[in-house]
Amino acid sequence: MLMHHTLMSGIGAWPLVSLALLGAFHGLNPAMGWLFAVGLGLQERRLGAVLRAIPPIAAGHATAVAAVLAVVAIAGRFVSAEVLRVSAALLLIGFAGYLVARRFAHPVRVGMRVGWRDLAVWSWLMATAHGAGLMILPVVLAMAAGTTPAAHSVIATDTIALVIHTIALLSVMTVVALLVYRVFGVKILRRAWLNFDYVWASVLVVAGGVTLFV
Amino acid sequence: MVCAASVTLFRYTTMAFARPTVLPDPTFYPSPRDAIGAPRERLAYVAAIDPTSKRPDALDAIDVDPASARYGQRVSRLEMPNAGDELHHFGWNACSATLCPYAAHPHVDRRYLVVPGLRSSRIHIIDTKPDPSQPRIVKVIEPDVMAKKAGYSRPHTVHCGPEGIYISALGNPAGDGPGGVLLLDHNSFDIIGAWERDRGPQVLAYDIWWNLGFDTAITSEWGTPNTIEQGLDLDVLTSKRYGRAIHLWDLRTRKHQQTLPVGENDQMVLELRPAHDPSRPYGFVGVVVNVGDLSSSIWLWRRTGNGRGKWEFNKVIEIPAEPADPDDLPPALKPFKAVPPLVSDIDLTLDDQTLYVSCWGTGELRRYDVSSPDRPVLVDSVYLGGIVRRAPHPAGGSLNGGPQMVEVSRDGQRVYVTNSLYASWDAQFYPEGIRGWMVKLDAKPGKPLAVDPRFFPDFGTHRPHQVRLQGGDASSDSYCFPSS
Repeated sequence: MLMHHTLMSGIGAWPLVSLALLGAFHGLNPAMGWLFAVGLGLQERRLGAVLRAIPPIAAGHATAVAAVLAVVAIAGRFVSAEVLRVSAALLLIGFAGYLVARRFAHPVRVGMRVGWRDLAVWSWLMATAHGAGLMILPVVLAMAAGTTPAAHSVIATDTIALVIHTIALLSVMTVVALLVYRVFGVKILRRAWLNFDYVWASVLVVAGGVTLFV
Repeated sequence: MVCAASVTLFRYTTMAFARPTVLPDPTFYPSPRDAIGAPRERLAYVAAIDPTSKRPDALDAIDVDPASARYGQRVSRLEMPNAGDELHHFGWNACSATLCPYAAHPHVDRRYLVVPGLRSSRIHIIDTKPDPSQPRIVKVIEPDVMAKKAGYSRPHTVHCGPEGIYISALGNPAGDGPGGVLLLDHNSFDIIGAWERDRGPQVLAYDIWWNLGFDTAITSEWGTPNTIEQGLDLDVLTSKRYGRAIHLWDLRTRKHQQTLPVGENDQMVLELRPAHDPSRPYGFVGVVVNVGDLSSSIWLWRRTGNGRGKWEFNKVIEIPAEPADPDDLPPALKPFKAVPPLVSDIDLTLDDQTLYVSCWGTGELRRYDVSSPDRPVLVDSVYLGGIVRRAPHPAGGSLNGGPQMVEVSRDGQRVYVTNSLYASWDAQFYPEGIRGWMVKLDAKPGKPLAVDPRFFPDFGTHRPHQVRLQGGDASSDSYCFPSS
């Protein structure tokens, strides 16, 4: 706890706020899962089905982010922070290009009759295919740069990053799903579903730029 | 900074046809109920064939806006690049299914019509923008490309769905079975390939549609190209080699799950009309003829146990043949001394409450109340044409052909009917030659069906087949969100 306390104070507020904001951003995107939860609730005509769908979706997302963080943490043992920073930046920008070139096509491996495993796998695929984990890399690298490069502190910062990101995602996803299910109805999609694809790709590019030049 | 980058990326366009939009296309609706409230259609697109195959077939745009000076008239005719396509059914590049939460991609325009030639196996991609009344061809997929990439030919039904555009095809390039389903990329309009991973015992094909809430696709059976293209083959009919079943498929794994047969003597299982509400596990299919008594029938497939039990398949409507004087009958029917109803198309309103049934032989359009799907009630009927009846239209005089393709507006208040079936079959049942017509009926709630006397477009020597209404209709879209 003491270690975490010193870590937090060493990191400062902005990376934590950024992580939370990115979590909220991911949670807000209908393609990341809240809409699926609402759809399942409407299909079964009960709120319980909405609420039951959200944890596996959040877990799938968190696992996708964790996978990216783990790869970077392992890579960090072998290459310098500088190489890691530049590679991450190029990866982010490259991934944005890949999304645009592929016209944001993503795999369909599920349907409307899904259990928690399907939901988690679907969410993992969606988060991975969208580069959700990549998007928080700049913040995580910045956090790591502000602490000692010991292995245990990398695990600690990664864990903090993952937890904050996931809590923000889960909260926003739940609130939006409940609002749409109970208050607005899915008809709101017709007017409110802005095309996230290009905003998403832009955030990836900006994150890459920030990592490279700041 | 994010905004600037977004705008730059947004302007980036690839070689694909469908350009991204900022909001979902305004014609996409989450549920059928939402779509019922859609604004009224102002244009109808109609596939029109030249039965002689001398001139190219065409896509006609018909003005259906009663406030327009050209109401009921053809406002444009787009001829295909070749003759002899036999345009038949067609569909949109994108529809309300793009809102499905597990495969959402709603930021595209409903803009392109995918128009196959059933005889030529050519697929035309037709752009309805910027001027919807003047559509134009932007791409043609040649039959050898379909043969190479999917192994199919004679493309039939077109549906936009979760994984792109699904097109059923009657057979292989040699004109035999198996027929099946091919997938078309909804951005590039390139053929991706055959859809099925395991077709099981399925050989014959005709229509495909689905109960999206149950991850179940359904296909039906007409006959192989070689058994239909020369006309209805009585040998094939009497030896019961036309279609006699529907097939259920897992939409996720693309594997065949179950075959549900119709009756022993029933043949040609055609139009599939699943409930539009994705939480309703049922649908209707029309069967053209019973070789025992020449009746037609409508069957209901339904999953029991609140959508979790087994699938059942039962006849819920039977329409008998009508006795007739052999002198009034074409040669093929003289021995039977009766007119078969020949139900060729059915259509279900978006509220899943009303089923329209076309009896092409007897010249009757029937309206059933299907609020209890296993106990349909005949509530109304209108006579138009018919092999013996020749029932007239107020503006068109005596008609031949009969109600065939039937399309209903999203609000359920207007019904459009055309009279051509398939050129070589038209010639058998109406040997004097069909005069093509399209009729509009008003279906106001609580009132009988009424033929609109102001609406009788001229098709010249062409014959109209399927109708698609601008913005969508009762057989163009699928929905992932229930109505209530």
